[in-house]
Amino acid sequence: MKHKKKFNHLSRTSAHRKAMLANMACSLIMHKRIKTTVAKAKALRMYVEPLINKSKNDSTHSRRMVFRYLQNKEAVTELFRDISEKVANRPGGYTRILKLGNRQGDAAEMCLIELVDYNENMLSAKSGEGEKKRTRRSRRGKKSSKSQAAEQVAETSAENTSAVEDAEVVEDSSSNVQDSNSAPADNDDVKKEE
Amino acid sequence: MAHPKRKTSKTRRDKRRTHYKATVPALGVCSNCGATIRLHRVCQECGHYRGKLAIEKEVTV
Repeated sequence: MKHKKKFNHLSRTSAHRKAMLANMACSLIMHKRIKTTVAKAKALRMYVEPLINKSKNDSTHSRRMVFRYLQNKEAVTELFRDISEKVANRPGGYTRILKLGNRQGDAAEMCLIELVDYNENMLSAKSGEGEKKRTRRSRRGKKSSKSQAAEQVAETSAENTSAVEDAEVVEDSSSNVQDSNSAPADNDDVKKEE
Repeated sequence: MAHPKRKTSKTRRDKRRTHYKATVPALGVCSNCGATIRLHRVCQECGHYRGKLAIEKEVTV
């Protein structure tokens, strides 16, 4: 039964899987970007990110711990010398997976997995994203205030159907938004009309 | 071992297969070059992803 066997075994024995991930991790560290299938990339992400985390603390012990996983001293040197510097200010999330589409032959979904800090183009994109989020937040705030006013009007209209027409007029004319904000007053007016 | 008592009739077989359907892939438009792309994937034409250059042409090959 497959209970609690949550991680992807990639159709390999444990030793085969570890060896493959070690090789892939070395390739990623040396080349900064490798092309592979999405399933392997996701497995690799779980494998290398803790190693990159360890590289932030440059000690003999952490180097040996990383070497246990990589089994490649060139890769360990590269990781502790160059990558750890680049990555120093990033609190996790060191890799990015870019999906490319399906491979011919077996239609496996392919992707690029890369170290985030080594892709200059996408780094500039990140700063732009932050601004976008801010603008969206403000727009949302405006909408909610409008919709609240609309809701308040709607509540009054729900009580008696004759007020529906009035409410629609208020919603349509943007100049009357301030009027709709004073919903309790509207409510009184409606009752007087009744 | 248990065995089927009856051959599955054409109707039963076909009724079962009414749920075998192909799904339409989610498609979008590349914000850089306007080509049709599959969502959440790098544009095959220009290598852009979410409006930013993700990969140069040579690397994609």
